[in-house]
Order: sequence, then C-alpha cells, then structure tokens
Amino acid sequence: MAVIRDMMPAFELFQPSSVEDALDLLGRYGKDGWPLAAGLDSFDWFKDRIKRPRAVIDLGGIASLKEIREHDGGLEIGAMATLAEVSRDPLVSRRFALLSDAARHVATPQIRNAGSLGGNLCQDTRCWYYRSGWPCYRAGGNVCYASAPEAMNREHCVMGAKRCVAVSPSDTAAAVVALDARMVVRDRRRERVLDAEDFFIGPAIDITRMTALEPGDLLTAIRIPATFAGARFYFEKVRDRQSWDFPLVTVASALVVRDGTIESARVALNGVAPFPVRLHEVEQAVTGRPQNEETATLGGDVAVRRVKPLRHNDYKLPLMRNLVRRALRPAEA
Amino acid sequence: MDILRRAANPWDQEVLLGIGWDLFWWAVAAGAVFVVVHTLLVWRLSRRAATRPPTATPGGAADATAVPPRVVRHSLGSRLFHWSMALAMLVLLGTAFVPVMGFRFDWVTIHWVAGLVLIATVAYHVVRATFFQSPRAIWVGARDVREGARELRHLLGVGEAPLVKPGKYAVGNKLYHHGAAAATLAAIATGVLMMVRIDTPLFTQDPYLLGDATWGMVYVLHGAAGVLLVLMVIAHVYFAVRPEKRWQTRAMIKGWITREEYLEEHDTSRWPLPAGEGSGEGEPATGDRVPVSAGG
Repeated sequence: MAVIRDMMPAFELFQPSSVEDALDLLGRYGKDGWPLAAGLDSFDWFKDRIKRPRAVIDLGGIASLKEIREHDGGLEIGAMATLAEVSRDPLVSRRFALLSDAARHVATPQIRNAGSLGGNLCQDTRCWYYRSGWPCYRAGGNVCYASAPEAMNREHCVMGAKRCVAVSPSDTAAAVVALDARMVVRDRRRERVLDAEDFFIGPAIDITRMTALEPGDLLTAIRIPATFAGARFYFEKVRDRQSWDFPLVTVASALVVRDGTIESARVALNGVAPFPVRLHEVEQAVTGRPQNEETATLGGDVAVRRVKPLRHNDYKLPLMRNLVRRALRPAEA
Repeated sequence: MDILRRAANPWDQEVLLGIGWDLFWWAVAAGAVFVVVHTLLVWRLSRRAATRPPTATPGGAADATAVPPRVVRHSLGSRLFHWSMALAMLVLLGTAFVPVMGFRFDWVTIHWVAGLVLIATVAYHVVRATFFQSPRAIWVGARDVREGARELRHLLGVGEAPLVKPGKYAVGNKLYHHGAAAATLAAIATGVLMMVRIDTPLFTQDPYLLGDATWGMVYVLHGAAGVLLVLMVIAHVYFAVRPEKRWQTRAMIKGWITREEYLEEHDTSRWPLPAGEGSGEGEPATGDRVPVSAGG
C-alpha cells in the first residue's frame, strides 16, 4: 500500500479572484502549478505525497467560473459551478436533463455541494496501482501493473486501452460527450474550444494525462449546444454501492425521436475505457430505425463488438450491452 | 540535465526508469556540432586545395581499359536491405522521440511493428553477409586503424602523410557500420524484452518477467541505443548529402559507380573486380562480393 500520511507537504497557496490572475499563476509555475477546484481529488494526491506541486492555485474565489448562463442558443456552465448547482439549475434540468441527472449521481450530497463540474470532468483515474504510488506508465514509469494477468483489474478497461488500462471515473464525462459539449480551455495566450470527445484523451496519445489540459491550461467553461436540447435522455450509473462510489459502467444517451423513429443519436459510456467512449457504431446502427426493442438489442450488441476484457472484468461486457439496450429503448418499455 | 529517470515505489524505494529525455536533445545538439565542425574542417582543407593529396597506394593502378564503365558497388539485395532498414529505423526513431518533443500521437503499435521490420531486415543482412558475402570486407584491421588515424590527422591539418585509398569500404564506413550494428542490436534485444510488457499478439504480457532494477537497465540500454542512433543518423544523412560523397549515395540508390570513381576512390588491388567481369562495356561488373586482400 501507499505510504499514507496525514500531513500535506508545504506548497504556496494562491487564491486569485480573476481568471486572468489564475492563468498568469498557472503559466508562471507551469508543471509545478496545480489548479485546485474543490480539492476532492487533489488533497488525496497531496496527502499521499505522490503529487507535490510547488504552487496551488485555488479557483474557489473566481466568481465568473461559477456562472451558468445561456450561450448561443445553448448553455455555458462555468467550470467551478458545483455539481449540486448543475443538478438543480432550472436552465440545465429543463433543457439538458441528462447533465443534471449525471451530476446528481456523483458521490454524496456533501461532495456534490463542494465538488465542481470542471473538477469532476478533470479528475484523475482511480486505478489503485496508480493512486497508491506505483511507478506505472501513467506515473511516468514503464509498466502497467493492472493489465498483468494476475492483477486486480475488476474496475479497469475493456476497451481503448493502450499500455494503461485505467478508466475515466467521471460521471458527468459521458453526459457532456453525449450532449456534444465544447470545452473552453484557456492559457495565458489563447483560448481553445475543444469538442468533449477531443478533450478526453487516451493513453495512446498521452499516457500521463486524462485530458487535453497541459501545464498552464485551465478549463474555464463547458458549453452545451442547443442540438440536443429537450431530446430523449437516458443516464444510468452502475456501481458497487448506491452512494459514494465510482461507476463500474455509466451510460448517457441523447436521442432525437420523431414519429417513433430515431432521427439522431449520441450514446456514450464511461468506466469502460481511459476516456468516455462515444459509441459511433451504435449511433450509426440505430439512426433511422424505429425506437423499439429490436433496435435497442441491435445497439447493445454493436456496443460490445470491440470489447477486450481483462482477467477480472468481463462482467462489464453484458453490463455494457444491457445499459446501451436500456438507453435505446422507448421510455415505456 | 537528467541523465537517468528515476521514480519511487510506494515504499519510497528508488526505481530506475530509463534515460533522461534531455539526452535526446544532447544527441541532436552533438549531431549539429559534428556537422558544423566537419563542414568547417573540410572547408578549410578545400581552401588549402588539399582535400585529396596525391596518393601512394601501391598496386592501386588497375588497367583502366579492363574496368567497365559502371562498377556495381551495391547489389539490389544490399540496397533493398539498406533502404528498408533505413525506413524502419527512421520510423522507430520518429515514434520514439517525436512524442518526447511534444507532438502526441498513437505511437506504440507503429513502434513495435517497425521494430519487427527492423529485426527482419537485420536477420536478412546477417545471413546474407555471413554466408553469401565476405564478412571480412567490413572488419577493421590494424591497417584500417593506421589509415583512419592518418585521415583524421589530414582532416585536422596536422598530418603531412599522403592519404591511402581504401578498398571497397573506408575505415570510416567500417567504424560507422560497427557502431550502428552495436546500437541496433542493443535496441533490438532490449526492445524484444520490452514487448513482453505491452499487449501484443506475440507474447503473453508479463511485467514481472524481470525485477525492477533489471527492467530499469533494459530501458536505459534501449534509450541509450536510441539516442546514439539519433546521433549516428544525423551524421549518416550529413555525409550522404555532402557533395564529395554523393557518388556513394548514388551508388546506394542505383547500385553502381563509374569507372572513374572506381579508379579514383578505391585501391583496386584491395577491391579487385571479379575475374572475367572487367572487359564488358554494357553490363556493370559486380563488386558486391569483395575479395579480401591486404588486410581489408
């Protein structure tokens, strides 16, 4: 087990009141700077002394990062809006209930009151080999301990693995991918707007990061386009216990159905790969078909085509198939 | 500068991970310095109009009329090996170091597939050179060492002794071959071991095949071979594009050198053409199987 300590090593704490100040600090400290949202992920790292930033930039005092407002027909949600606010906000729940539903499934009420949407999206993987301080690929080392045949890998990848088999633990990540959200990323020099699908990166691209955020970058907002406003949403999270737990598999879907036929669909899973997986093949398979049990079964079968379970997680295969099937069924089924 | 990368395990024990990536930049810088310094030295020599002083190679004067207009320096098989190995090597170095430079892409599969191609080309070369060519043609003997020292002194402008024409391969070619071979074989041996750690169709994944310290050494050797090859590729490409060496580059593309190049650049007694192939005017004579003479 990791060497658990109660005291965090010393770091410089900055509490900027504007995004510009925060970006300036992040740019100044680069790899040694750590943006702190609510600290629900960060403090574990600090206490275990696995991550040792020189400077921590607390984003809690930046009011503009907490706003939820209409934007270009859709919504713009500040990265520091709490999960509780996202789950309760009438703008979100009226038009994009998928996201409010996902936010409501995170951890516990206490954590949702403190934790932010941005923090939930950017949190690091929960692979315990990695979290325990093993020098694995994700920690900059040369090996994945979780993918070995004798490893404890019940919660790990069944697809998208590339050396590292850790999974993305975010409940809201699948929802923002299904909603075709755009992630607003800023550094000192520029602003980038990334598709949610591109924001989450796999180990094939960079094995030490889960998102496209580089040192000096800050996720400032999540923009949800109007495309799927009011669509038929489905969110389900399967976990070992019904509270305060990370997902085994999460499904999020947005369907536009007209006269019983699926006109367009976006389906995403999380907990199955190092990033939230958009199921393009499922979407293609079900688009243009009637929304019925047969189509749902087809979608479920297509969802597991590329699955490659590890020794202890082949249970995720039927789980994925059934969750996708449920996500595609008519509401009354 | 970090020469080695290390990490700590959960018990705060130090684990060796590999070479520091700074070494890659040092290899690039060393390659650039080599190119600049060599260019300046050759330029100084040319200013003194002494790039190639008269040689005194005994037995080097072959009957020019007995040499065909084109002499084969590299057979098709040799050229196919060279270019396929070069392609595999460039892909390997690119997939290894471009991500280090900050350009992220899915490099792992490309890397090990290129590694397999490299292994195939090297195996082909070893079998061919051992059983169908004369491996002694590339050996470095005492005479080569003396000639190499003489060439170096000449390049530095400190030696007055006349240069000696080489056989088929100059000592620089031979030394380069051995350096590249050593680095390549080290990279291959360690690379095959490292494939056991990743998910490929070839091996059952087993990260615990070796202990942490041994794995660390494997990664250090692999990385060191990689940065050495970066340096060697820079030097190789530099020589390939130098004006006075382009005839060798052309020979590696087309296979042949001209009669004049053969007579001017080589000691024909150390690289004699095979008997019976010296009088034809149409087809090039083959020189790939090199008879060994005079310690070459």
